[in-house]
Amino acid sequence: MNKNGSQSHPDRAPRNFIAAHLKDVPPSGIREFFDIVSTRKGVISLGIGEPDFVTPWHIREASMYALDHGATSYTSNRGLQSLRNGISAYVQEAFNVTYDPETEILITVGVSEALDLAVRAVVEPGDEVLYHEPCYVSYSPLVEFVHGKAVAVNTTGTNDFRLTREMLEKKVTRRTKALLLNFPTNPTGATLLREDLEGIAAFCVEHDLLVMTDEIYSELTYDGERLSIASLPGMKQRTIFLHGFSKAWAMTGFRLGYACGPADLIETMMKIHQYTMLCAPILSQKAAIEALHKRCRADVEMMRSSYEKRRNFIWQGLNEVGLSCHKPNGAFYAFPYIGGRGMTSREFALRLLDDQNVACVPGTAFGQSGEGYLRCSFSTDLEDIKEAVKRIGVFLKKI
Amino acid sequence: MDKLLKLLKQNALETPANLAKLLDIPEAEVRAKIEKYEKSGIILGYQAIVNEDSLNLKRVSAVIEVKTTPEREGGFDRLAGRLAKFPEVEALYLMSGGYDLLVFISGNDLKEVASFVAEKLATMTGVISTSTHFMLRTYKERGVLMETKHEQERLTVSP
Repeated sequence: MNKNGSQSHPDRAPRNFIAAHLKDVPPSGIREFFDIVSTRKGVISLGIGEPDFVTPWHIREASMYALDHGATSYTSNRGLQSLRNGISAYVQEAFNVTYDPETEILITVGVSEALDLAVRAVVEPGDEVLYHEPCYVSYSPLVEFVHGKAVAVNTTGTNDFRLTREMLEKKVTRRTKALLLNFPTNPTGATLLREDLEGIAAFCVEHDLLVMTDEIYSELTYDGERLSIASLPGMKQRTIFLHGFSKAWAMTGFRLGYACGPADLIETMMKIHQYTMLCAPILSQKAAIEALHKRCRADVEMMRSSYEKRRNFIWQGLNEVGLSCHKPNGAFYAFPYIGGRGMTSREFALRLLDDQNVACVPGTAFGQSGEGYLRCSFSTDLEDIKEAVKRIGVFLKKI
Repeated sequence: MDKLLKLLKQNALETPANLAKLLDIPEAEVRAKIEKYEKSGIILGYQAIVNEDSLNLKRVSAVIEVKTTPEREGGFDRLAGRLAKFPEVEALYLMSGGYDLLVFISGNDLKEVASFVAEKLATMTGVISTSTHFMLRTYKERGVLMETKHEQERLTVSP
């Protein structure tokens, strides 16, 4: 008997334990497509969102050396001092922003964690966060997890998926607290011009917004200058600069990222990090110290240059077989337009897979504004890219 | 180094049409450049990198350190030039350090290499001494690892 006098039966169905606000967060569209692709054999996949290089040997070797010498402990919550020093010097040199390694840098488990910490440190229930779409899959869910409201600003192929102040002005409200940026963008390969960034910076100052900028693809910029909004006048104090080693150093599996920003924000992020993650794995931190060494620059440049050539190839190849594609200026994704054929992106991707065994990710996996587009990763062996482009050509003739 | 040369060094079989796409330049420009490189002797030839160990050819390769007496006119060039003409010699370098010339050589068996060293190389005027090291196994050749690549456990679709 319980206190209400009714009998509890052990077989009684449990109530629904899942937090209500998570029910509406959809699973990643990537996951659905992955499940479909993995049931097939011999697929040429242009669906891979990570480098096709193995981590450069110097870096792997440094991690093994550290393991050999017993580096198996926790590190300080903020991360190894020598790594924070290295990051400070690198960010200063590459992005022209100076961060104090003692108070303004936090080492995290991938940029994913850094971004999660930033959102949790800043967003209160009901706060609105602007982000540009199509975009990486986790931006909107992270905001929803903390009861914030993620507000999409749609970018389009007509202006190479750039983001401008005018587009943001239409979506800003009194509840807007932050803006999430990711240029070069996964999945569009878009980059911004200096004038775009200056306009966005002025917009953020005017509306007193914080910027969280995910710079993970920065080093993989092909034409024009590489510029972070954090380096623009007045922006350092209202920007959390997020970066990591996954893409340009081909270190996805090491799961190592970092956040740089105003000391009070970094301290708050550190608090969450300290209670949830404690610290990033020491072996990955040791590897990252080596990655920042000058001798690894040749490796990064070799990979960048290899992606650039494949970018040139796939962009021209797709246009030649009849898919209109803007020239991606960063990251390793081409984002051709497949609309006007009476098929949604998802249908197109599924039929292409079914008919030609070529896997591309439907643009809608990156937000509704990705409808009409297909993400084709060129972080794929050149011979596979050649074959995939050929097969896409054959497919287009058949439909 | 020119981007086109870098690409050809990676894969000399790449077609001019593909090279043009990769470099985002016209195909005619690629063809003209290759012709220029070939004519001017910058591109000397195109060869496959073969994993000979896996062919079980039973051939032997050796590196030989050669000490010589340089000549007043021309230093090591005359002797090196003569040595390089032997078909057995696959590569030849002038070195700093404890010896002067480093010779890469291969033959059908140990005896053949030994007889080349004893009869041809060591007897050349100007050669003071030789030290021959036979190669036992190739791990890397011209930047290419000889081991078969391990299958990567990369997801076929990822964000």
